[in-house]
Amino acid sequence: MNSELLIKNGRVIDPANGIDGKLDVLIEDGLVSAVGRVQKEVETVIDAEGKIVAPGLIDMHVHFREPGDEEEETISTGSAAAVKGGFTSVVCMPNTRPPIESETDVEYVHRKARQARKTHVYTMGAITKGREGVELAEMGFMSEAGAVGFTDDGRGVQNPDVMLRALKYASMFDVVVAQHCEDTGYGEGVMNSGYSSSILGLGGIDYLAEESMLWRDIQLVKKLGRGCVRYHAQHISTAGSAALIRKAKKEGLSVTCEVTGHHLLFTEEQCMDYDTNYKVNPPLRRQADIEALKAAISEGLVDALVSDHAPHLKSEKELEFLTAPFGIASLECAFSLYVKALIDEGVLDWSGLIRLLTCGPAGVIGVDKGTLSKGRQGDVTIIDPDAEYEIDVNTFRSKSRNCPYHGWKVKGRVEKTIVGGEVRYSRGDE
Amino acid sequence: MLGLRDLDVSEINHILDTAEGFEQISTRSVKKAPPLRGKVVANLFFEDSTRTRNSFTLAADRLSADVIEFTQKMSSVSKGETFLDTARNLEAMGVDIVVVRHVASGASRLLSRSISACVVNAGGGFCEHPTQGLLDIYTIRKIKKSLEGLKIGIVGDIAHSRVARSDIWGMSKLGAEVILVGPPTLMPPKVDELPVSVSYSLDDVLEELDVINMLRIQFERMGGNPFPSVREYSHFYGLTGERMQKAKDDILVMHPGPINRGVEIESEVADGKNSVILEQVKNGLAVRMAVLFLVNQAAAEKA
Repeated sequence: MNSELLIKNGRVIDPANGIDGKLDVLIEDGLVSAVGRVQKEVETVIDAEGKIVAPGLIDMHVHFREPGDEEEETISTGSAAAVKGGFTSVVCMPNTRPPIESETDVEYVHRKARQARKTHVYTMGAITKGREGVELAEMGFMSEAGAVGFTDDGRGVQNPDVMLRALKYASMFDVVVAQHCEDTGYGEGVMNSGYSSSILGLGGIDYLAEESMLWRDIQLVKKLGRGCVRYHAQHISTAGSAALIRKAKKEGLSVTCEVTGHHLLFTEEQCMDYDTNYKVNPPLRRQADIEALKAAISEGLVDALVSDHAPHLKSEKELEFLTAPFGIASLECAFSLYVKALIDEGVLDWSGLIRLLTCGPAGVIGVDKGTLSKGRQGDVTIIDPDAEYEIDVNTFRSKSRNCPYHGWKVKGRVEKTIVGGEVRYSRGDE
Repeated sequence: MLGLRDLDVSEINHILDTAEGFEQISTRSVKKAPPLRGKVVANLFFEDSTRTRNSFTLAADRLSADVIEFTQKMSSVSKGETFLDTARNLEAMGVDIVVVRHVASGASRLLSRSISACVVNAGGGFCEHPTQGLLDIYTIRKIKKSLEGLKIGIVGDIAHSRVARSDIWGMSKLGAEVILVGPPTLMPPKVDELPVSVSYSLDDVLEELDVINMLRIQFERMGGNPFPSVREYSHFYGLTGERMQKAKDDILVMHPGPINRGVEIESEVADGKNSVILEQVKNGLAVRMAVLFLVNQAAAEKA
């Protein structure tokens, strides 16, 4: 480990501390020791002239598939993809095979991450045993082992009484309960329910399947009162969900939410050629939903942007639209996609964007990350905001290629990713 | 040849005109013609079908092609040999045209993207069944001369019907007014954005119809229970002899088969003077010969 690392002349953006200016960042023994004009001779200096220097980015929603589907991704390959994408911390979803649902499982993820030595890997645990929505999993043990939240992601907890118990029980440990909002009572589909699904003859997932569960959960949070209950709505995708979040936040409820890149860039019409790379859950919706999500982001109602990086094998994505699995692998290009959807469209400024990738998600999961405050871990991402490049899935470090952005020309290139004061990714020397 | 949504009016008419020529072959004592000699047609059927498969086999046979039959009930497994693996294996054997029937919507489109042989959709999921749509149109055109201005009712489970979708695209392109009839629980989402009108009452629209196409109630495809009982469905939407009193004298009664006698249509109507159900089957052969012939011709031009 470098004992001293100085990043000079960059545009330092640290939203949590209200910093946006041409400054230097000094990291000593893996911790941030100064942000300002630093006149000190150190062994390693990085010149960041013309670049953005941000707290290390956080993606609080990724699928690294380990254990169980190592052919699609491992914690090691996922971590390598993460640092290439500028992410110094990620949160794995527990829908592995078997699911992450015990203290031992959580420790297993942490061990694999230590061996990979790339990015900080956190994990959420399952809310219920086997993600079956019936009995609570051992949330207490998992919290003690370092799980940063709970979710049955891939499925919503259908039974309201189980969800109420999960929220109550999790409040003992001051840990967030995250929900994949989808009431399967509305029927099981493979794309948005609407005109496109009618023409294609595919079963639809109604917007109400998402919104009715979100509405229900917000009522549960309200019933439990302020206390320590923390609820997080994962990958919201509809205008109605944005409205529910707005109302809940106005009422001061402890409710947070996240939005993915693909829900800001694609509509259901992308499915018209049965291209399974556009098969995601929640499904791609309508233009009006994109507009509503962007409005919510610009109003500050959204806490985090996430990739929902969901790697799948080519042979599985080559199946019929009906049977192919849900998901897009986009961790390595995620940042540029947010730039395209939000900066280029004037929804956010750079500071606003970086907030949703640093202190925003750090606050949701309650970790000591996402800022350059003195004494914090030296996690830094250096970005060239103007550099253009073409997304090429063949250069991915991820094991999977199910990425509909292949060939896109985008802006905002990650130059260096520094984790705990150590350069873990540097563009060019791969 | 994946669906009628992709075809324009002149292409549809060209297929129908070609089919007219082939219809005559069936009346000759030697019922064979040589245009597909030396070509291999694979019937790739991942879902039960008797009528369509036999019709395609016979059509290919009459055009002197060699036919491979591949029939397998596909379970929705995601591991093991996939649908594409199977098709690629067949292609490696030198197949020229693949006729595919599949439970999943879009399967034929997936296939056409992935293999170089010509792909003919013989019915996929709830999306399209283009040769059925063409033979329906062919049958109407033959009797009524033109579809322009005709009022055509399609009755039943629209949501789960690939026949309905092919009919809607083809018939509306040829100038017919398509009226979908059935309970709202059997209509697809946003049906009002399709080029059709919708009625929940058969009795309200029956007297104005020139053609009525009674879809089969597909008990195996409907999730949940979109109507409370078969008896109640028949009460509102069954084409009974009594109901037929209200219809025009020269209304054409169609059905894509197989018929659930006494459910969507009573025997006396199915076998009655207005029924063209067997005519449809007969025309299906000519239409499928035309499709195979034209697909082969298009491939030859491209090569």
